[in-house]
Amino acid sequence: MSDQAIRLAGLCKAFGRNQVLRGVDLDLSGGQVTVLMGANGAGKSTLVKILCGVHAADSGSVTLAGQPFKPETPSEALRAGIVTVHQNINDGVVPDLDVASNLLLDGLASGGGVFLNGRKMRARAREIAAAVGLTIDVSRPVAGLSLADRQLVSIARAMAHQPRLLILDEPTSSLSAAEASRLFDLIDSLRARGVAILYISHRMSDIRRLADRIVSMRDGRISGVFEGPELDYSGAVRAMLGHEITEVDITIPQPGLPVLEVRDLVLRPGARPFSLTCHANEVVAITGLVGAGKSEFAAVLFGTGEAVSGEVRLDGKPHRPASPRAAIDAGVFLSPKDRPVNAVVADFDILRNLTLPFLRRHSTAQFVRGASELATTRRMISEMGVVCQSPTDGIGTLSGGNQQKVMVARWMAEASRLLLLDEPFQGVDIQARRDIGHKIRETAATRATIVFVAELDEALEIADRVLVMSEHSIVGEHRNENIDVSAIMAQVVDASLPSAAGQ
Amino acid sequence: MQSGSLNAIDLAIKYGFLALMVGLIAYFGVMAEGFLSPHSAVFILQSVAITGILALGVTATLVVGGFDLSIGAVATSSLMLSAYAMVVWQLDAASAVALCLAMGLLVGLVNGILIVKMKVPDLLATLGMMFLLVGLQRIPTEGRSISTGMSLPDGTTASGVFSEGFLMLGRHRLDFILPNLVPLSVVFLVLIAIGVWVFLELTRHGRLMYAIGSNAKAAGLAGANVNGYKIAAYMISGTLASFGGVLLAARLGRGDVASGNNLLLDSVAAALIGFAVLGASKPNAFGTAIGALFVGILLQGLTMMNAPYYTQDFIKGGVLVIALVFTFALSGRGGRARG
Repeated sequence: MSDQAIRLAGLCKAFGRNQVLRGVDLDLSGGQVTVLMGANGAGKSTLVKILCGVHAADSGSVTLAGQPFKPETPSEALRAGIVTVHQNINDGVVPDLDVASNLLLDGLASGGGVFLNGRKMRARAREIAAAVGLTIDVSRPVAGLSLADRQLVSIARAMAHQPRLLILDEPTSSLSAAEASRLFDLIDSLRARGVAILYISHRMSDIRRLADRIVSMRDGRISGVFEGPELDYSGAVRAMLGHEITEVDITIPQPGLPVLEVRDLVLRPGARPFSLTCHANEVVAITGLVGAGKSEFAAVLFGTGEAVSGEVRLDGKPHRPASPRAAIDAGVFLSPKDRPVNAVVADFDILRNLTLPFLRRHSTAQFVRGASELATTRRMISEMGVVCQSPTDGIGTLSGGNQQKVMVARWMAEASRLLLLDEPFQGVDIQARRDIGHKIRETAATRATIVFVAELDEALEIADRVLVMSEHSIVGEHRNENIDVSAIMAQVVDASLPSAAGQ
Repeated sequence: MQSGSLNAIDLAIKYGFLALMVGLIAYFGVMAEGFLSPHSAVFILQSVAITGILALGVTATLVVGGFDLSIGAVATSSLMLSAYAMVVWQLDAASAVALCLAMGLLVGLVNGILIVKMKVPDLLATLGMMFLLVGLQRIPTEGRSISTGMSLPDGTTASGVFSEGFLMLGRHRLDFILPNLVPLSVVFLVLIAIGVWVFLELTRHGRLMYAIGSNAKAAGLAGANVNGYKIAAYMISGTLASFGGVLLAARLGRGDVASGNNLLLDSVAAALIGFAVLGASKPNAFGTAIGALFVGILLQGLTMMNAPYYTQDFIKGGVLVIALVFTFALSGRGGRARG
């Protein structure tokens, strides 16, 4: 194995107008675990997809052991020794086949011969399994294995290719502590064998256990590389989240009466209870790393999830919606994160997307009144500054930023008591981000507003008050006035350290 | 739909199928004598009335992103049930029809619950229901057809009759332009087609059903009762299928175990052909009605030109494939993920 197993230079990639990678330079050496950190949309997954042959880079080069490397398909990358274990464990295995077939699947797909020799296959499979310390009956179907064993199967399958580079994308996200520690032992032994490992994770406990080096990514660039005997974990998180404050002036208005009161809420077993109050005419941002519990909190308020214990009151009355419909009827609206999956109805035009939650108000005796819908849509298009030709343009013809404006407009078309916006700036260009943020603040007077964002910048751009969430609990509160960014950073990072150290 | 950007492909997508249908009518009009007469037109309508009604039901399930393979079996079960109710139980027409519609509604409800609550994939759940019903409808008569005077398993003889009122549903003809021209079943088809179209296109429930078919998660987060609407779609499908079965029984005048074999394929074909009409690329009531009509015209024309009966399925299949190409390949949008 050469010392520089793989070298990336000046990698750029854009999807339409959305520049995802803006020149990534990175060396990955054999026998080293490099942890890659980055917020949503920083470009981690695009980088991985270029390495494993799913996407081609627009410019820049990848060199593998001194040779230029441009895989056109995932199987080509695999043959060259670049092996990826995806976050979703079931992407890596075929549940209906037995372990042996799974382990030899790549050979089956590309190899010669027609008939299978069961005994030979099982013997070969046992060898492969033993190499990663997997001691199970290889004739068992994968569907009957635990998640951790399935993951070992997909790693074992990967190892059969003599990898130069092993990419693990959030591999511990669904493992127990014992299972994770077994995975870490395996990673240690691969490292000792000289494999370069790129490990994508936000879990501090994983990072402390494994990292030889931490690379932070932000906005499509490498924003920090940390190595040496003492790794600077806080520095790495800071580099990942960034702290340049954009030139947005927030004038904090006088908050009104309390709208949302949360008392001793426990989001999941073992999490610390927390309390908070949101007032009318107030925009609160809840920030924290991916997986800190922001979306779970939003789910409790919107009727798609349940808290373990605690009390939520809306305008003084208990608020425990059983469904989104119940939440909406109570005046709690949620613009969900991950727009294409949770919000956009791809077959519909702008108008039909926009009026979806409030069709009842646009209907007489169950019949939809087109004129009423059109008037609302026209009003929202002009208020939000959606760039389109007409309200009947297909939603898919709009840019990401304009789609997001429509999704936010969907919930601003009617008055709410509490407006929740989960990652409203996801996949949105800077101008649309400003427009949406501006509109949220401008209309905030009559309701309470909570914005859930992983990026601290976005929180500082929009909020009167910034709450920090970590380990499914609120760990800090800051008024957005002469704010001490490093204090917030410390809470974002350090709060996750003690419990991590405890594992 | 901007007028400025209509090019040849857009035109082909939008009007291609209607043009094909007009061409077909013109061709048969020239080639087959008597094809362009009112009686021929009515014959076509009558032949498509029952499949059209079933196809409109399937359309409702396609709209929510589902599929109902049990409609053919629901229709034949309803055919047998109505015959059994009148011939063996000696019920009157209204009770027999009500019983059949209730049966269709119940089957739809069970389908919906299997799919929504038990998480059985739609194709499998309705396929299972299809087998179940095909078997069930034969048990009471030990596999025999039902007609007045048949002997029952317990040794008695069935003495009930199909009432006049019931038979009218399938056989009565209204005066329209010519005396005794339009069969009642065609009137039902037109009314149901209009009803389903109005429901899907003009009411908020139809809108929400389309939203569920396109992105169920987003529709749910916008407050739609996703499970409720899915179950409702299967109930609409089951009820319409059972009504189709009633019309078939009324036309045949007996509970014939062998009829209705083609109902499923014909009505599914009509609904899928409907995707291509006016470039909709999605299930829609108008397209479904046109699709059913198209198949009817084709078969009637071929019959009048003395094409052998056994070529009919082949030609139907060909038309379906062409329609699917119109929908998915030409529109370039990929249409919906599944038909």
